[in-house]
Amino acid sequence: MTVTPELDDRFRSAAAGEGLLDVAFDAVESPIGPLLVATTARGVCRVAFTTDPEAHLDALARAFGPRVLRAGTAVESVRRQLDEYFAGARRDFDVDVDTRPLPSFARRVLAELARVPFGETTTYGTLAARAEAPRAARAVGSVMNRNPIAIVLPCHRVVGADGSLTGYAGGLDVKERLLRLEGVLL
Amino acid sequence: MGDVPQLPPFERFYRDHGSAVLAFLRRRLPRETADDVFQETFLRALRAYDRLEHGEHLRAWVLTIAGRLVIDQRRRTRPTSHDLPEVAWEDGRPAYAQLEHLAAALPPTERAAVVLRYGYDLDYDDIGGALGSSAEAARQAASAGVRRLRREGIA
Repeated sequence: MTVTPELDDRFRSAAAGEGLLDVAFDAVESPIGPLLVATTARGVCRVAFTTDPEAHLDALARAFGPRVLRAGTAVESVRRQLDEYFAGARRDFDVDVDTRPLPSFARRVLAELARVPFGETTTYGTLAARAEAPRAARAVGSVMNRNPIAIVLPCHRVVGADGSLTGYAGGLDVKERLLRLEGVLL
Repeated sequence: MGDVPQLPPFERFYRDHGSAVLAFLRRRLPRETADDVFQETFLRALRAYDRLEHGEHLRAWVLTIAGRLVIDQRRRTRPTSHDLPEVAWEDGRPAYAQLEHLAAALPPTERAAVVLRYGYDLDYDDIGGALGSSAEAARQAASAGVRRLRREGIA
């Protein structure tokens, strides 16, 4: 017997509303393709480029707990802010992030990354220095590569010392589009 | 651990068992009540979920939660022979309707037990819950009812 969409929505909203979830997630459409957005009680824990949210469920459960459920109402604020960002109507995200499961070095680097403002770029080396690990540019690169909260934590604003785009989990063309959107590349 | 299945993310658990739980509830409760109890079943499952240690027997586990809620629900409503819940079957024909003309000849408790057993296909635990008696008393009432129907040449 198929669970009707109304009944399904009602349960998912109630689960999120009663604060019973370790992680709430939903798929979010964007001009750069479908995104998976996930939140915990502490903040956003995932913004990922994917057409297949299912592939992220196990990793989310391992990192935050097994009560992982799709619940659109819980990610509504992030969805709205992303929409505004892509529409050119928002420069900063007004959300907390949850990076608890990450090693302390990665958390420190991501905290520095969060300070890189809209419309500016920085380099791996500079970010390493700010995270008090001046020789760790390569390690910073790998943290960027695995950034669990794309766009909100703006790893697209980090480029090579020679200004090259180097790499991006969502693809270099996406990195370029985001930087154009922010007016960096003309 | 080895061959014991891991606890899946709740999303997958809910998708794998949601339909079965809803079908289970709709066979036992009026539709609107079944939908409410469906939600309550999975909210309870969610509250207990992170205490489960592995992913074995999850279907049985969630049906047990649903079954307890069905009993609670029946205790609350206490259907009597005059007050049977509407049960819409998938083919639109309530099965108990076929029994009504038979069971009308019985005293109230026996009639309720016969209809719940053979019309609703409830087990005796559930019937006992519905009648506010034990499972054994429910079984005796149903079989006394069937004997009476035979004696009177109705069934």
